[in-house]
Amino acid sequence: MDARTQEFLEYVQSGGQVETGDWMPDEYRSKLVKFIEMHGNSELMGVLPERDWILRAPTLQRKLALTAKIQDEVGHAQLIYRVVEDLGKPRTACLDDLVSGKAKFHNVFHYPTKTWGDVGVIAWLVDAAAIVSQKALLKCSYAPYARIMKKICWEESFHILHGRDVILAMVTGTQEQFELVQEALDRWWEPLMHFHGNPIPADEDPMFLWRIKSQGNEEARQQFLDGYVPQIRELGLEIPDPALRKDEEKGVWLYTEPDWEKLRAVVTGNGPASQERLAFRRLSREDVAWVERVVLAEAA
Amino acid sequence: MIYEVFRQERRGQPFQHAGSLTAPDTRFAEIYAREQYGRRQESVALWLVPREAVREIDDFPDEFDLKYRRVDGYSIKTRLREARERAGTLETAPGAEE
Repeated sequence: MDARTQEFLEYVQSGGQVETGDWMPDEYRSKLVKFIEMHGNSELMGVLPERDWILRAPTLQRKLALTAKIQDEVGHAQLIYRVVEDLGKPRTACLDDLVSGKAKFHNVFHYPTKTWGDVGVIAWLVDAAAIVSQKALLKCSYAPYARIMKKICWEESFHILHGRDVILAMVTGTQEQFELVQEALDRWWEPLMHFHGNPIPADEDPMFLWRIKSQGNEEARQQFLDGYVPQIRELGLEIPDPALRKDEEKGVWLYTEPDWEKLRAVVTGNGPASQERLAFRRLSREDVAWVERVVLAEAA
Repeated sequence: MIYEVFRQERRGQPFQHAGSLTAPDTRFAEIYAREQYGRRQESVALWLVPREAVREIDDFPDEFDLKYRRVDGYSIKTRLREARERAGTLETAPGAEE
């Protein structure tokens, strides 16, 4: 590592923040692009499981809330891709890499949504897990990303409440509704435990090294478990992991080791809904290509 | 074209930089800005500025250490004590009991 890079590394590690026009090492730039692009992809792909439920949502109020949430998430993708563009990768290149399967998106968006219970669990717990990661990005060493995270976190807090409201309505409803939630939780627990990634030590995690993230994977998972296991259990729901308990002495949650090979397979396009979702994204991109042509022609 | 977006959260508050957007022209920039930075009533006003119109200055040299212009350029503690001693008001001065 040359002296200038070393100095930059020390600067970000001591809490320094970087702006778009500042000099930065190529490695930092490429790590930023990879990380932020994946976040943008996840926001964009994340609307698809929910989109399936707009027409099937149980009440008009729920349809409106779900639509608003989807609009928020597409909006987040817009903000995030803009940050990536300033780092040197155009939006069209991001979308090309997304639909071709070259770029990744979050594991939780590779799964189908079987019932309305899944929609509730996604809106409550998947968003909760996401907020844990996103709050840690408020301190990201790349300042333009940290700044838009403020707006994103603000909107996400409504999403969690919406999700919790959906869940509370179901667990206080009929036995059948309660079971829909329990079944959805059974399906989503593994993806939720995968969500924050394998427990690679923070010091060996390049995203932490450059202070793109401000915490390690396991730290984030522990924070999620701390916040949400009690909230899940107080509703009478059962978490499908008999080994899950808190070691009060050490202050850490113990759990059955998730299958990390499975996570790798899922995020590389082999999840139960990966190909279907990518095909849909490809299709909608072709469908709306004419809009871009017309808009650009008219503006020219 | 890239536009920088500044938003005002409430009347009377400063406009703060919120982010940027890409739009083919001003008309689209206005529509996108409303959608991305105002649809939740989080702003009462927005400023859209083409990025190339922004002039940045980021170097403020202080070679002559002009600290007489700043609060930290003044240390009155010792002199104030001396003045109070001279006037015989040290005992009654604020904080004297400490």
